[in-house]
Amino acid sequence: MLNVSGLACSRGERRLFADVGFSLAAGEWLHVQGENGSGKTSLMRLLVGLSPADAGTVSWRDGATPSVEFRRDLIYLGHHAAVKEDLTPLENLRLAAALDGIELDERAALAALIRLGLRGREELPVRVLSAGQKRRVLLARLLTRPAVLWVLDEAFNALDVAAVKLLGDLIAEHLAGGGMAVLTSHQPLPVPGGKALVL
Amino acid sequence: MNAFFATVRRDLLLAMRRKSEVLTAVFFFVIVTSLFPLGIGPEPVLLKKIAPGILWVAALLATLLGLPRLFAADHVDGTLEQMALSPSPLGLLVAGKILAHWLLCGLPLVLLAPVLGLQFDLDASALGILTLALLLGTPLLSLIGAIGAALTLGVRGGGVLLALLILPLYIPALIFGAGAVEAHIAGLEVGGHLSLLAAMLVLAAFFAPWATTAALRIALE
Amino acid sequence: MRQSLIQWFKFASPQSFYPLAGRMIPWFWAAAAIFGISGLWISFFVAPTDAQQGEGYRIIFVHVPASWMSMFIYLVMAFWAGLGLALNTRVSAMMAQSLAPTGALMAALSLWTGALWGKPMWGAWWVWDARLTSELILFFLYLGFMALQAAIDDPRRADKAGAILALVGVVNIPIIYFSVKWWNTLHQGSTINLNKAPSMAQTMLWGMLLMALAFWMYSIAVALMRVRAIILERERHTEWVKHAVE
Repeated sequence: MLNVSGLACSRGERRLFADVGFSLAAGEWLHVQGENGSGKTSLMRLLVGLSPADAGTVSWRDGATPSVEFRRDLIYLGHHAAVKEDLTPLENLRLAAALDGIELDERAALAALIRLGLRGREELPVRVLSAGQKRRVLLARLLTRPAVLWVLDEAFNALDVAAVKLLGDLIAEHLAGGGMAVLTSHQPLPVPGGKALVL
Repeated sequence: MNAFFATVRRDLLLAMRRKSEVLTAVFFFVIVTSLFPLGIGPEPVLLKKIAPGILWVAALLATLLGLPRLFAADHVDGTLEQMALSPSPLGLLVAGKILAHWLLCGLPLVLLAPVLGLQFDLDASALGILTLALLLGTPLLSLIGAIGAALTLGVRGGGVLLALLILPLYIPALIFGAGAVEAHIAGLEVGGHLSLLAAMLVLAAFFAPWATTAALRIALE
Repeated sequence: MRQSLIQWFKFASPQSFYPLAGRMIPWFWAAAAIFGISGLWISFFVAPTDAQQGEGYRIIFVHVPASWMSMFIYLVMAFWAGLGLALNTRVSAMMAQSLAPTGALMAALSLWTGALWGKPMWGAWWVWDARLTSELILFFLYLGFMALQAAIDDPRRADKAGAILALVGVVNIPIIYFSVKWWNTLHQGSTINLNKAPSMAQTMLWGMLLMALAFWMYSIAVALMRVRAIILERERHTEWVKHAVE
C-alpha cells in the first residue's frame, strides 16, 4: 500500500540520506532508527509530504502523493505539541476533528481522553497540564481520527511508563486492525514485529 | 465548507480566551487617530480635510499590527502542520483564518470609525461613507496582509519585513477608501470609488487565499 | 520540437549556463558601450536645445530610459520567478534574484534624475506627480523583494517565497499605477505633467532610443555577471565549480 523508493534529502549542502526505499502492507510497521541529526524527522516530513524530496517517490495505494486520498488515510504526529494551550483537551480534540471535516461528538471525544488517562482533566485549559499530559491530548487524536497510516515521530518521548505501554497497545491494536505505522525513536519500542530502517 | 466554519469558530474561540491581543489593535487605532489633532492643531477645517486620510492610514497600521500573529502561533505549536496535512483543503482553512482575522481586527475598526470621525467634525453622511468604505476595504487589507504574513512566517525580523512588503500593496485600498470620503465631502459622486474597492475585494478574495496557501506550504518545508 | 526542448533544459542547469553566460557578457558590455556613447553624443551635442526648458531637459535622456527599464525589469524578474516556481528550474530563480538589484538601481536612478529635473522645472525636488509616485512605489516593491530574499536563509525557500511576492507584485503594479494616476487627477493641486512636454524632435527620439538600448545591454550584462556569482556561491560544493574556479 505504501511504497517508498529512492528518497534523497539534503539540508543545505549536507546530504542526509539517499536512496531510501521501503514498502508497507496492511498490518506492518517500520521502525526508523538513527542517531541525532541522521535525518529521521526529515524522512518523516518527506514521507507525509510536508517538504519536497530531492529525489524519489512516495506512493500510496498506487497513487502519487501528496494527494487528498493520502491525507485522508494519514495521521502524522510530530515533535510539536500541536494543541492549543488556551483550549481544553475536549475542545482541542473536537476542533481538530472539525478542521479535518469530521463531526466528533462529545461522548466519543471524552471516551478517547479517558482511554488516554485524562479523566478529570478534560475541562481544564491545556496550559495547566504537564508535558506528558499534553502529549496524551495529542495522542488521543489517534483514536478519534480514522486513519490507516500512522506516522509518529518520537511519539514515545515525554511519556511515563504507563503511557508508553498504552501507546504500544494502541499501535498493536491499530496494526491488528489492518493499519500501518511508521515510527521513529532511539530506544526499542514496545511493539512486536516490525521492519527496521537505519539511517 | 464545514472545515471553513470550524476554522473561523476555532480562531474566534482562541481570541476570546486571550482578549488583550484583539484589544491592542483597537486601542492602537484610537490612539493614533487622536494623536494627529495634537500634532497638527485643533483647527476644524484642516482636521476635517485630512480626517479620511488619517482614519484610513491608522486603519492600515492597526491591521498591520495584528498580521504577524495571524499564522505565527499555529506555526510555532505545530497546528499549522496539522492543517497542511488535513484532508480538508488548506486553502479553505486559510480562508477561514483570514475571515476570523477580519472579524477580530477589521470589523472593530469599521464599527469604531464613525465615533472617531466625530472627533474630526465629519457630518453624518460622510461618516456613513467612511464606514461603508472601511467595510469594503478592511477585508481587502486582511486578504492582502495574509499573503505577507505567510511569506514572512518564521523569518528573522518578520514584523518589519511584513510592513515593507505589504504597505506598498495597500496603496490602492488607501487611495480609493480615503478618496471616497474626500469625494463625498467635496460633493462628488462616490459610486466609482466604492465599486473599485468592491472589485479589488472580489479579486483579492479569489487570489489571496491561494497565494497565501502557496506561501504557507513553502514556509512549512 | 522535442529536440529544441531538450536544448532549452540543458541551459536551465547552472553548470551549462555558467560558461554560456560568461561568453555572452563581453558582447553585451560592448553593445552597451557603443549604444551609450552614441546615445550620449546625440543627447548632448546633436539634439537641439529645448525652447521652453533650455539645456536642463537633457536629463530626460537618462530619466526616461531608466524609468522604462525599472518597469520592464520587474516584469522580466516576475517572469523568471514564475518560471522557476512552475518548472523548478534553478537558474530561473537565480535570474530573478540577479535582476532585482539592477531594477532597484533603475528605479532609484529614475527618481533621482526626476528630482534633478524637477528642481529647475517645477522649483521643487519632489512633486506628487503620478509617475514619480508610482516609480517610488515600484522602488519599494524592489526593496521588499530583495529584503525578503535576504531574510530567508534557505536559498530554495527564498527563491519560492520571492517568486510568490514578485507575482503578487506584478498583479498589483497595474492596479497601483492606475489608482495613483486617478488619485493624481482627483487632486489637481499641481498641474504639472511630464506628458505635457512639447512634441519631441526626431533627433531627441533617436537619442532616447539609443540610450534605452544602452540601458538594456547594461542591464543584461550586469544581470548575467551577477547570476554567475550566484551560481558559484550556491554550487560551491559541486565538483564542476571547483574545476571552473581553478
